[in-house]
Amino acid sequence: MKFQVNDRAVEFDGDNEMPLLWYLRDIEGMTGTKFGCGAGLCGACTVHVDGIAVRSCQTPMEDVEGAKVKTIEGMADGDTLSALQQAWSDNDVPQCGYCQAGQIMQAAALLSENPNPNDQEIEEAMWGNICRCGTYQRIKNAIRQVAKEA
Amino acid sequence: MTKIENVSNDNFSRRGFLRGMVATGSLVVAANIIPFGPMSEVIAEHHKGGLKNSAYLSISPDGTVNIFIHRVEMGQGSRTGLPMIIADELDADWERLNFVPAFGDKKFGDQNTDGSTSIRRFYDAFRRAGAGARMMLQEAAANSWNISVDQVGVENHRLINKATGASSDFSEFVEAASKLNAPSDDALKFKSRADWKYVGKPKKIIDMDGIVTGTADFGQDIKREGMLFAVATRPPVVGGKITSYDKAAAMAVSGVLDVVEMPVLEFPALFKPLGGVAVVATNTWAAKKGVEALNAQFDGGVNGGYDTTVYEKELWQSVKKGGTNHLNRGDVDKSISEAASTFEADYFVPHLAHAPMEPMSATAEWIDGKLNIWTSCQDPQSVQNTVAPFVQQKPEDIYVEAALLGGAFGRKSKPDFAVEAALLATHMKKPVKVVWMREDDIKHGYYHTITAQSVKAGLDENGRVTAWHHKTAYPSIGGTFDTASAGPGGFEMGLGLVDMPFEVENLRVEAGEAKQQVRIGWMRSVANIQQAFALGSFVDELAHNAGVNTVDYWMGLIGSDRKVNPADDGAQYGNYGQTLDDFPIDTARLKAVLAKVADMSDFKRERPKGRGVGISVHRSFVSYVASAVEIEVSDSGDVKVVDAWMAVDCGLAVNPDRVKAQMEGAVVFGLSLAMHGEITAQNGAIVQGNFDDYLVCRIDEVPNVEVAIMESDGPPGGVGEPGVPPVAPAFVNAIFAASGKRIRRLPLANQLNT
Repeated sequence: MKFQVNDRAVEFDGDNEMPLLWYLRDIEGMTGTKFGCGAGLCGACTVHVDGIAVRSCQTPMEDVEGAKVKTIEGMADGDTLSALQQAWSDNDVPQCGYCQAGQIMQAAALLSENPNPNDQEIEEAMWGNICRCGTYQRIKNAIRQVAKEA
Repeated sequence: MTKIENVSNDNFSRRGFLRGMVATGSLVVAANIIPFGPMSEVIAEHHKGGLKNSAYLSISPDGTVNIFIHRVEMGQGSRTGLPMIIADELDADWERLNFVPAFGDKKFGDQNTDGSTSIRRFYDAFRRAGAGARMMLQEAAANSWNISVDQVGVENHRLINKATGASSDFSEFVEAASKLNAPSDDALKFKSRADWKYVGKPKKIIDMDGIVTGTADFGQDIKREGMLFAVATRPPVVGGKITSYDKAAAMAVSGVLDVVEMPVLEFPALFKPLGGVAVVATNTWAAKKGVEALNAQFDGGVNGGYDTTVYEKELWQSVKKGGTNHLNRGDVDKSISEAASTFEADYFVPHLAHAPMEPMSATAEWIDGKLNIWTSCQDPQSVQNTVAPFVQQKPEDIYVEAALLGGAFGRKSKPDFAVEAALLATHMKKPVKVVWMREDDIKHGYYHTITAQSVKAGLDENGRVTAWHHKTAYPSIGGTFDTASAGPGGFEMGLGLVDMPFEVENLRVEAGEAKQQVRIGWMRSVANIQQAFALGSFVDELAHNAGVNTVDYWMGLIGSDRKVNPADDGAQYGNYGQTLDDFPIDTARLKAVLAKVADMSDFKRERPKGRGVGISVHRSFVSYVASAVEIEVSDSGDVKVVDAWMAVDCGLAVNPDRVKAQMEGAVVFGLSLAMHGEITAQNGAIVQGNFDDYLVCRIDEVPNVEVAIMESDGPPGGVGEPGVPPVAPAFVNAIFAASGKRIRRLPLANQLNT
C-alpha cells in the first residue's frame, strides 16, 4: 500500500491491522508521535489523516492507504515554527512535554476548522487530550493567541 | 544538608556524550540518525586544554560552556534551572551553553531526582562551580594583562580590562585558566543578588523547541541500530508466578522473534522486575499481539487475597486500636476528657497511581562487553545498582543515560523496567527496547498508600482546640524494602503530621499497624497527600463548628510567630533531609502564604448560592503553599471548579516561570486525586487499567490558576511537590462552603450525585 507521510511518498506491505502509531514510531523511526494509552483515551498519538485529527493508536494501516498523513515532525517549515508551535513556546506551555505533540496536532485541526474558537469550543475540541502535568490553562492561552492572530 | 563538598578538578567526564545544542531560538534539525551515542570519547577530544573545575562544568577551548545536568527532567524544570545557576555566576552567554544530559556516576553525588531536591540540594554546588570557573578566567586574564584580578570584569562571556576598557572572549583565556588552581570554597566570591541576570527571572526551558517539533527524545523514543521491541505480561498479583503460557501461539505471530521468561520476584520487592514473560519482536505491535497470543495464566501467591474493600475495614480497626506514638505533647487524654466539647472526624484516601503520560520504557544494548541503558528514569545510579546483580556486573560498569521523562511523579525512580530491558538485551544479544503498555503501568505500579485517619479534638467553650489527637494507619513505603514493615515509618509521619505547626497544648500523633500487599511507593508529595487532606479538612470543620471563618481559625491554631521543632515533643523529624537551621518550620511564613491566598481569592467575600471557596495551607519539602479553590455545585450535584489561587514561599525561586508552572500543575494533580483518583484491588490484582477507569482531570475540569510567589531571601526550597498537598482539602472545603456537604473520603467521584 502507498500513502504519504509529511508529503513524502511511502510504501508499507506489513500487517494491515498495525496501528499507524507503531508504523510511525517503530518502522519509520518518527517518534514525535507519542504512545500514551493505546486505547484512544489520551490523545498523545494524535496525527492528521487527510487533514482530520485522528488517534494513530486506533488507526489501522489499511485506513491510511492513499491518504496524506501529517505528524508533528511536519508542522514546522524548516527552521520556522508554525504559528501554533510558536504560540506553545511563547506561552511556555510544556512541562514534561510528552503529550504536547498530540495537543498541538489536535489544536491545529481545531483551528483549521474553526479559526476563532471560543473557550467552550476549545475545551470540547481538546477534551480528549490528557496532560498529566496539568498545562491545560497554558494550552488554552496558546490556542487563543493563534485565534487572535487569525 | 547534603552538599558536594569536594569537587575535584580533574574528574570531568570522559564518558559523557556530547549532544546537539538545544539553544533557544534555533531549531534542532530532526535527527534521523541514532540520537544517543554510547560512551563517546567525543567530549574528551573536544575538551583537550579545556577548563574543568567541577563535576558539573567544563569550558571548551572555543568557549563553549558544558553543563553536566546530573538531575533528570520530568517536567519540573531542573534541566533549565540548574544551568541558570552556573551561567549566572559565570556570567555566560546562554546561547553558548552545551547541556549534557544526566548519566549515572557517583561523582555527581545524589542523582535521585525526587523529593523536590534538585535545586535545593545543588544550588550551592552549582553556584560554586560557576563562581570558581569565572575566577579562574579572571585570574588568567589578569596575568595576561598584567593587572590585578579586581580590575578584570566579566560580562556575557567576555572578560573586561577595567583599566583600558578592552575585552576578550572567554575562549582566549580558557587554556591559561585551565592551568591554574581552582579557588578553594572559602575563597569563592559570589555575585551579589542585584547583579544576577538569570536566577530569579523567567527562563524558557531548554527543550522547548525539541518538544514542540517532536524531536526531543523521551525514554520511549530511543532508537538503536538493529533494535528489537519487547512487551511483557506480568503476574497480576505481586509475588505471583506464571503457571502456563502458549509459547508457540506467540511465536506464530508475524514479527515475533522470541518469548523470554523473566525471573520470579523474590521479596522484598525493591525495584526488581515482577516476573512473567516477555515477547520480543521486530516492532511493538507484533510484541503486543504476541503477548495476547500467550494466554498466560498466573497464580496469586502470598498477596492473592488482597481486597481493598476488606483491607479498608482492617485499617479502621487498626486506627481504633491505636499504636505507636510518634509525637506526644502534654496530656491529650486528660485534656479531651475535661474539654467543654469534642469534635471527631474520619478521613479516607485510597491507593493512587502515578500514571505519567509516558508509560515506562528502557532500552539496553551490550557494546564491546559493556552494558548501556537509555531510559526515562529518575535516578540513573539507581538503575546501575538495580540492574547490576541481574547481569553480574559492577554498577559503575553499566552506562546509564536518562532520556527526557514523559512525566514520572515518583514512579520512574523505581527502575524495574530497566532490569527487564537489560535481561532481554542479554538474552537476545541485540539492543532491546521494553515498552510498557498503559495497562502495565496502571496494574503494576508502586502505588500511593491507602490511608484511614481518625482525628479528635478537645475544644474550649469558644470552640478553640485544647487537644488534638491524630490517629492513622496505612501500609508503609518501607514494606517495599522490608517485608517485616507493619505500618507508617517515622519518615512518613514527618510528612505533615509530627511537624504540624499548631500551637496547642496537647497533641498526640499515633499510627496503627498495616501490612502492605501491593508495592507501595512514593508519589508526588507522598504521605503529605493524605495527611494534609485530613489536617486541612479538619481545621475547616473545626472552624465551621466554632462559627469562625477558616482563615482566622487557621491563624489562631498556628498561633505566634515561631520556629517549630518536633523534637521538642519527642518526635523524630527528618525535615526532608535538611537541617532546621537552614530550613526552619517558620510559622510566620506559613501564615503569610495563607494570608496571601485569602487575599487573592477574596476569601471572606460571600459567594452566591451554589458557589463556595475553600482554603488550606501546608508546609512540605521545606516550602510553604496555600491554596484556595472556588467551585460551583449544581442542583444535581455536579461540581465545577471555577477558580484556583496558589501562594508559594519556596525561598529563592530560581526560575519563577517553572515555579508558577509547578503550582498550576499541582492544582491539576491535586484535583485529579480529589475528584477521581482511586486504585482498588480484588483477589490481589489491580482492577483499573487505563484512562477510562483511572481518571485524571481533563481540560474542561480544571480552573485558571493564579499563582503568587512570595519574595524571599531564603535559600531555595522544594517546588515540584509542595503545591499538591493543600489542593485536595481546599477542594472539599469549597464543596462544604457551596453545598453544606462534607466530603471525608477521596475521591469525590459521584458522592454528591446520590
